[in-house]
Amino acid sequence: MPEQVVTHQDSRETLLLYAVGVLFLIVVPLLNILPTEDSWLHISDFRLNQFGKFLAFAILALGLDLIWGYCGVLSMGQGVFFGFGAYCMGMYLTLQIGKESVYGSELPDFMVWTQVKELPLFWYPFKSFVGGFLGAILVPALFATIFGFLAFRSRIKGVYFAIITQALAFAAWLVFNRNETRLGGTNGLTDFKQLLGYRLSDPSTQRGLYIITVVALIASYLVCRWIVASRAGKVLIAIRDSESRVTFSGYTPWMFKLFVFVVAAGLAGLAGMLYVPQVGIITPAQIGVLPSLEVVIWVAVGGRGTLIGAILGAVAVNYGRSVLTNYFPEAWPFILGGLFVIVVTMFPDGLLGMIRKLTDRKKTPTPLIKAEGSTAA
Amino acid sequence: MTDDNLILNCQNVVMDYDGFKALNNCNFSVHYNELRVVIGPNGAGKTTLLDVICGKTKPTSGKVLFGNGVNLVGKNAEDITKLGVGRKFQAPSIYANLSVWQNLDLSVKRASKGVFPTLMGRSTPAERERIDETLETIGLTEHVHDRAGSLSHGQKQWLEIGMVILQDPSLLLVDEPVAGMSDKETEQTGQLLTKLSGKQAIVVIEHDMDFVRQIANIVTVLAEGTVVCEGTVETVQADEHVRAIYLGRAKVAH
Repeated sequence: MPEQVVTHQDSRETLLLYAVGVLFLIVVPLLNILPTEDSWLHISDFRLNQFGKFLAFAILALGLDLIWGYCGVLSMGQGVFFGFGAYCMGMYLTLQIGKESVYGSELPDFMVWTQVKELPLFWYPFKSFVGGFLGAILVPALFATIFGFLAFRSRIKGVYFAIITQALAFAAWLVFNRNETRLGGTNGLTDFKQLLGYRLSDPSTQRGLYIITVVALIASYLVCRWIVASRAGKVLIAIRDSESRVTFSGYTPWMFKLFVFVVAAGLAGLAGMLYVPQVGIITPAQIGVLPSLEVVIWVAVGGRGTLIGAILGAVAVNYGRSVLTNYFPEAWPFILGGLFVIVVTMFPDGLLGMIRKLTDRKKTPTPLIKAEGSTAA
Repeated sequence: MTDDNLILNCQNVVMDYDGFKALNNCNFSVHYNELRVVIGPNGAGKTTLLDVICGKTKPTSGKVLFGNGVNLVGKNAEDITKLGVGRKFQAPSIYANLSVWQNLDLSVKRASKGVFPTLMGRSTPAERERIDETLETIGLTEHVHDRAGSLSHGQKQWLEIGMVILQDPSLLLVDEPVAGMSDKETEQTGQLLTKLSGKQAIVVIEHDMDFVRQIANIVTVLAEGTVVCEGTVETVQADEHVRAIYLGRAKVAH
C-alpha cells in the first residue's frame, strides 16, 4: 500500500495545538501573577520574559520555514530582516528616552558622545509609535522585495542564493557596526525606558508584551497555515520538488519565491519588533551571519516543512541554550553544532518527525519531506 | 510552406552550441491532431528540437511557427505553455511530495496562474470533474490520494502525461515516454497516447522500435540535426539511407 499524503494534521494534533495555545496565552501569565513567589507553580518575571523572547524567535523561524522548508530556498540572511524590525522599534524606543538619558539631552546618548548635533533625518519617522511599528514590518518587507526581485529574477538558486544571503548578513553587520550609520555602532540601541507611556521596567508591562507576543505568534501561525494550505502553498512545494515542471505548467516560479521571501521578511521584522522591548537591547551582533545561521538550525532541529516544527525548534533550542549555558557556557557552540549534525544526518524530519514516529508506531509514518527523484534539468 | 493545416512548422532551425550544431537547418512540421514519432540515433538533436519548441532553449536562428503563425522563438516557457504547447520530460518530473490529486490540480489550465489568484483559488466543480476524467484516462483513479513520489516509474510517467493534458495543449511534446518501462506498461502507454491523439497533435520521441510500430502513422527520422526521411514505419525502415545512418556508415548529405 503506497503512502498517502496527509494534508492536514490529524485532529489529535490540532487539539494539542489549541491546548498549547491556551497554556501559553492564559495559563502561563496567570501562573506569573497568582501563586506566591515561593510556590513551585510560580513562573518568575524572568522566566516569563524569557519565554516571550523565545516565542518572538518562533515567529522568525516560521518565516524561514516558509521559504526554506516549503519552497526549498535556503535564506541565510533572515537575521538581517529581524535586525531591521528590531532597529526600527529600537529607534522609536530610543527617542522615547528623551531627557531621561544619561546626558539629559533630547538626542540619544550615543549621538551625544559621537558628537552628532542634530537628529539625522531618517530618525524622524520613528518619533511616533506608528512610524516604529510600520517601519518594523515594511522596511524588511520592502528590502526583501528589492533584494528578492534581483536575485530570483536572475534565477539565482540553491547554494548560490544561500551564499549571497549570507553575504548580505555579513554586509548588514558591517554597516550597522559603523558609527557613521548613526545607529549606535557596536553598542547598538539600549537603555530603553518606556513604550507608549508604559514603563518597560514594570513587570506588568513585560507581561503585556509577553501576551502580545503570544497573540502575534498565533496570528503568524494562522497566516502561514493559510498560505501553506492554499493552492499557492502547493506551488511552493512543487517548486521545491520540480521547478521546471512548475514553469511548464504555466506558473512563474520566481514570483512565488519572491512572495514567500517577502512574507518571511515581514515575519522576521515582526519578531525583531517584539524582541527589542522584551530584551531591552539590539546590537549588530544580533543580526549578522551567526544569528542568521542559528535560525536555520532551529528550523532544521524542529522539523522543516512543518510549521509546528519551526516553532518547536525555536523554543526548544533556545530553551536548551538558556539551561546549558548556565552549566557549560564555553561548550554551547559545540553542542549546537553537534545537534545540527545529528539532526541532519539521523533525523531529517527533526524533533517533530521523531515525535510523530514515536506516537504513531502502528501506522507507517508519513515523511515530512523526501528528497527524491524528479530531475528534469 | 503554405499548408494551413499545420499546427507546428519549424523553418531552418539552427541550434549552435559553440560550433556543434545540435540542429542544423532543421525543417519539421506537424499537422493538427496528428500523432508523429521522431526517431534518430543518439545525438541526432531530438530532445534539442523539443527544447527549442517549448522554449527551454533558444535557437541560434530559424523560426518555430505555431498554430496560425505565432513565432515561438524568443518567447519564454510560461508563455509558450499558455499558448498551448505541453511538454512531457524524459525523466518523470512530478511533485514527489504532493498527492496525485494535488499534482493534477496544480496543472489544470486556468485563466491566471499569478501568485494572488493561486493563493485565493479553489477548484471549481468543472475542474474537479476534468481531473477525475484525467485520472480515469491515465489509470490512476485509485491512487488519487497517494504521495506521487511513492508511485512506480510507469505510473509517474502517466501522471506527468495527465498533468500535461490538463493544460489543454493543442500540441503535446513527449520525450521517450517508455524508457525504463515494463512491456505491459509500454503497451498501456501506447494505448494512452493513441487515445489522446485526435484531440491534440502529439510529437513523441522514441527509441523502442516495437513501440514506434505500435503507435506511429508517420515517422520522422532525425540525424545530425536535420530531417533525413519522413514516412510510414515501413517506408522509413526500408530506406537505405536511414539504415546506413543507424549502422553508422553514412554521413548525412546536406
